[in-house]
Amino acid sequence: MIGTQTSDAYASGLQGWLLEKQFKGDQGLEIILAGRWCLDQALPSWEVLKTELGSNDLRHLYFRADHLAAWDTGLLAFLSGVLKFSAGHDIAVDCNGLPAGVQHLLNMASAGPEQNIDARRPSKAGMFSRIGVATIDFCRGFPEMLHFLGEVTLSMGRLLTGRAQFRRSDFWLEVEEVGPRALVIVTVISFLVGLILAYLGADQLRLVGAQIFIADLVAIGMVREVGALMTGIIIAGRTGAAFAAQLGTMQVNEEIDAFRTLGISAIDFLVLPRILALVLMVPLLTLYAAFVGMTAGLLVSYFIFDIGFFEYYTETLRALEIKHFMVGLSKGGVYGAMVAYAGCLRGMHCGRSAEAVGEAATSAVVTGILLITIMASLMTIIFYRLGI
Amino acid sequence: MPGTPHIEVSNLTMAYGDFVVQHDLNFVVQKGDIFIIMGGNGCGKTTLMRALVGLQKPAAGTVYYEGEDFWNVSANDQERLKRRFGVMFQGGALWSSLSLAENVALPLHEYTCLAQARIDEIVSFKLALVGLAGFEDFYPAELSGGMRKRAGLARAMALDPDILVVDEPSSGLDPLNARHLDDLILELRDGLGTTIVVVTHELASILSIGSNSIYLDAETHTMIATGNPQQAAQTGDAKVRHFLSRGEL
Repeated sequence: MIGTQTSDAYASGLQGWLLEKQFKGDQGLEIILAGRWCLDQALPSWEVLKTELGSNDLRHLYFRADHLAAWDTGLLAFLSGVLKFSAGHDIAVDCNGLPAGVQHLLNMASAGPEQNIDARRPSKAGMFSRIGVATIDFCRGFPEMLHFLGEVTLSMGRLLTGRAQFRRSDFWLEVEEVGPRALVIVTVISFLVGLILAYLGADQLRLVGAQIFIADLVAIGMVREVGALMTGIIIAGRTGAAFAAQLGTMQVNEEIDAFRTLGISAIDFLVLPRILALVLMVPLLTLYAAFVGMTAGLLVSYFIFDIGFFEYYTETLRALEIKHFMVGLSKGGVYGAMVAYAGCLRGMHCGRSAEAVGEAATSAVVTGILLITIMASLMTIIFYRLGI
Repeated sequence: MPGTPHIEVSNLTMAYGDFVVQHDLNFVVQKGDIFIIMGGNGCGKTTLMRALVGLQKPAAGTVYYEGEDFWNVSANDQERLKRRFGVMFQGGALWSSLSLAENVALPLHEYTCLAQARIDEIVSFKLALVGLAGFEDFYPAELSGGMRKRAGLARAMALDPDILVVDEPSSGLDPLNARHLDDLILELRDGLGTTIVVVTHELASILSIGSNSIYLDAETHTMIATGNPQQAAQTGDAKVRHFLSRGEL
């Protein structure tokens, strides 16, 4: 006898479970179940019967459950283990001693409609093959990116010839989402970056007594490089991730497949307005960021380094040329295109689960920032060579 | 114990802002009932279910579980009451980062003191009950919609709750699997004494398993019938008969 109660406890109402074994003739075994077999307490494994069940002479198994006070799936799981073992060892099981509900549920568990498991089983791969698959996936990423670039280019072509199918209102919604709604974060970050530039310049320029050139440093720095770069990175984190998550969720909901079945290009309808919105808005945000940064430089110079307001203003005007604005704006446009491209690429190629959407958003930000950095270096070298 | 009101809904009104979905719902679910919440699309079945399981606070009225006022007890008591019911959501709502076995095992790990090996046995048995024996290591994304749904039921039954609330159990299942699920619901009621609340508009299920029901009307925004669905189909309100005969009566 095993269990958490003694048999004397039958009458007084059992709190625990009880299991007894009784041999019946040479080849029979009766299992007596009593007490509470419920999940709210520690239950035994069916393996406590393994010695008896495994003996060679055993041919018949019976149950008795007269004193079974309560049961739930804890008992069922136990019995299901016993039955499975018996089926594999040629033991005839007579379940008639069990409550009817137990018998029915045990039957249900073994009688579910057939499922083809093997066809669905994912292959379990070892470490080396996983590394191999990851490498191949990584390499496949490049043709995928080019393919998507090609699709976007074709879509641009359709736009120019007036054949692209998308709704103007979607475009303006995106414009509002990526432009005006990003103003607060762009203001805060550009102001702080402008302030940092001014302090950095002041410290170095003081050594040669040329503190007034803070104005040049901040103005050219913000307009040419930093404004666009900071805006690009903010937009990659804010909008690129949003694009990937939106398109990825649409992929999960089969919305993109629905476009395909209707013969509507999802690229035209979803990607084009997003890319156009960013290419339009990021240069404007860049300009705004440069202005905010220069304001920060002015405030730092005036209040901390005692440079006159108009002095700073005229020095800024003297330093800035139209070409600096052109460089800044063109960088802004390119960064915007990169962020939109990365966001839409990852979104459109998203898998069909909640995790895949998360991965797409992460990957969109990483790819976006990577592309921005690559383009920033390339453009800086090109503009230097061209003497702009 | 048939006869004890198990769940009692009293003057319940569900609303989204100013829009009243359903108002003045009053009904009682007895222990061991298979209680059907039926009604056309958009009549507020799922909203009512959300109020029953504590996901959405009703605009007025409340739900009693064996006399305890769910919406007016402390947060701790609400948690304790919640543990007494298992919920199966329409799409299964499996956690996508966990395998099927882990999905079913999580409540057992959290709320019982069973050993890991016992939990594994129980999980396998529950998956077998819903016809998913052998699928322990699969992730939800690797399964079809119907399989996810059935796995969702296995998770809802994980702790052998007193009350099982299932939202649209058989929609999206093939006839054999739908029948298996209906049979399973009956067996759970008969064997374990589970009270089952089913939100559905599948006629076959309503008529074959329901022991009691309410019909929510989308036009008047309240319940217009209650009682055994088979009787309702014969002698009930005209609207309910119309609904239960697919518009032929």
